[in-house]
Amino acid sequence: MKNHPVFTDNDPQNELSTLNLGPTHPATHGVFQNVLQLDGERIVSGVSTIGYIHRAFEKIAEHRPFYQITPLTDRLNYCSSPINNMGWHMTVEKLLGIKTPKRVDYLRVIIMELARISDHLICNSVLGVDTGAFTGFLYLMVYREAIYEIYEEVCGARLTTNMGRIGGFERNFNSIAFTKLRKFLKEYPVALKEFEALLTRNRIFIDRTKDVAAVTAEEALNYSWSGPILRACGVDYDVRAMEPYSSYEDFAFEIPVGTNGDVYNRYLVRNEEMWQSLRIIEQALVKLEKEPSDIFHADVPDFYLPPKEEVYNNMEALIYHFKIVMGEVPTPSSEVYHAVEGANGELGFYLVNDGGRSPYRLHFRRPSFINYAMYAPMSQGMLLSDAIINMSSLNVIAGELDA
Amino acid sequence: MGKITNEELIKRIGDQFAGGVTLVGEPYGLLTMETSRELIIDLLTWLKTDPALQFIFLTDITAIHYPEQEKSIGVIYHLHSLVNNVRIRLKVFLDGDDVHIPTACTVWDAANWMEREAYDFFGVIFDGHPDLRRILNVDDMEAFPLRKEFPLEDPNRVDKKDYFFGR
Repeated sequence: MKNHPVFTDNDPQNELSTLNLGPTHPATHGVFQNVLQLDGERIVSGVSTIGYIHRAFEKIAEHRPFYQITPLTDRLNYCSSPINNMGWHMTVEKLLGIKTPKRVDYLRVIIMELARISDHLICNSVLGVDTGAFTGFLYLMVYREAIYEIYEEVCGARLTTNMGRIGGFERNFNSIAFTKLRKFLKEYPVALKEFEALLTRNRIFIDRTKDVAAVTAEEALNYSWSGPILRACGVDYDVRAMEPYSSYEDFAFEIPVGTNGDVYNRYLVRNEEMWQSLRIIEQALVKLEKEPSDIFHADVPDFYLPPKEEVYNNMEALIYHFKIVMGEVPTPSSEVYHAVEGANGELGFYLVNDGGRSPYRLHFRRPSFINYAMYAPMSQGMLLSDAIINMSSLNVIAGELDA
Repeated sequence: MGKITNEELIKRIGDQFAGGVTLVGEPYGLLTMETSRELIIDLLTWLKTDPALQFIFLTDITAIHYPEQEKSIGVIYHLHSLVNNVRIRLKVFLDGDDVHIPTACTVWDAANWMEREAYDFFGVIFDGHPDLRRILNVDDMEAFPLRKEFPLEDPNRVDKKDYFFGR
């Protein structure tokens, strides 16, 4: 342990104080409890307690048909729910062997990258708040609102989106959605530049974040870190590039990596990823012009609910509707693992299916859960104030941590 | 996909662990193999340290319950070779009365919480684990809730019975 004074046994100063950081503390952004042993302001040891908002999603999922599991995935990482929704839909599509049209893939990419931006902008602006700069947070929060308005046009919901269906989207994007998207693409880069001007070269911010909680690539891989915090350590692992899904292979983008994995590097990586996401969305808009504009789902009548007007007036549609809702469609007995690059790292769905209407077993590989395992060990010897910033930059979302 | 084909992987593992590791299948291209609890740590260590394979990334550890099988509890490992971009899934099935398996914490620190989760929900005992406590459920819980015999809801409830459409 660095800089830790050594006391003799009889020294009256040789006393540690116990501090309950959390479960509800304004500085922890969620329900996290850490019981810390403190020597002054330095952490000697810590124990993380998690599970305060555990909702047994894996058990509930065993009793629900596939399409009813989507709302459960909303509540994992609720800062970027569309990524979870679409990751789940792609898992089921992989199981069923459904091939989605290119237009669906590009629309999904647009929404997933918007979700990534909204997640990263919260993390980075809140990191500013934790280091004492409230302004950046207020600047960027407006644009999360802009993203939520786009979600609203696409699916009607804002936070827990339940967006899309197995095979595509429940309805086509309307023109307002595209207008709002174009407006966002025009305005957000200006705000993001301004935000970077506020923090990136700010002396106070650098002093608070540089070399704080630095993690080597070996340590990060040993703890199975993934996502921006792993890339900040210098490992260029991104599921979008390694195992492209949803036609990510059609896009040109770069994977930013950091050098020493400290809080400042994580901040830089997330900022750069937002720029790359904007780049991907712009490419997707160009690609969409070449695709037929009326396709928004794959042709899978066995799994994609027919339009409601047809259900009420048309026998065939009613039969399909009934079969899907009652789970009368046979599915392959197999197991599938599908991973997407969530905002916090590799979000995996391990689905074991026995041919019934609901999964036999569904396991979520939740990046926040796995990333957070290192928090208590890495806090040892750290100042309490640094540990707060460290937690903020890990961007652990309580919903994803506990599932 | 990756630089190493599944056939090559099967051959290499077969050469190293003659007969100890059996092929389950390749669902959706992901090589799935089964082994015993005596071999699992050797296998994980070898897969991680072999200079050609380098399965350095432990993606996930989880468990599954098949109450009808004699070996009812399965422990499932997902590994990822970031260098070769190949994934592999390993399974170990355990007797329902003897759910002991050596811990993988000796190979990856990430296994700590993953194994605690598997213990919490399935009651798998990871021998040698430094801190095998419940992680998401309350400490004084007695059941292992993801086992199939554990009901999702209180079975005595009547207000939710649906006699006409219940399945």
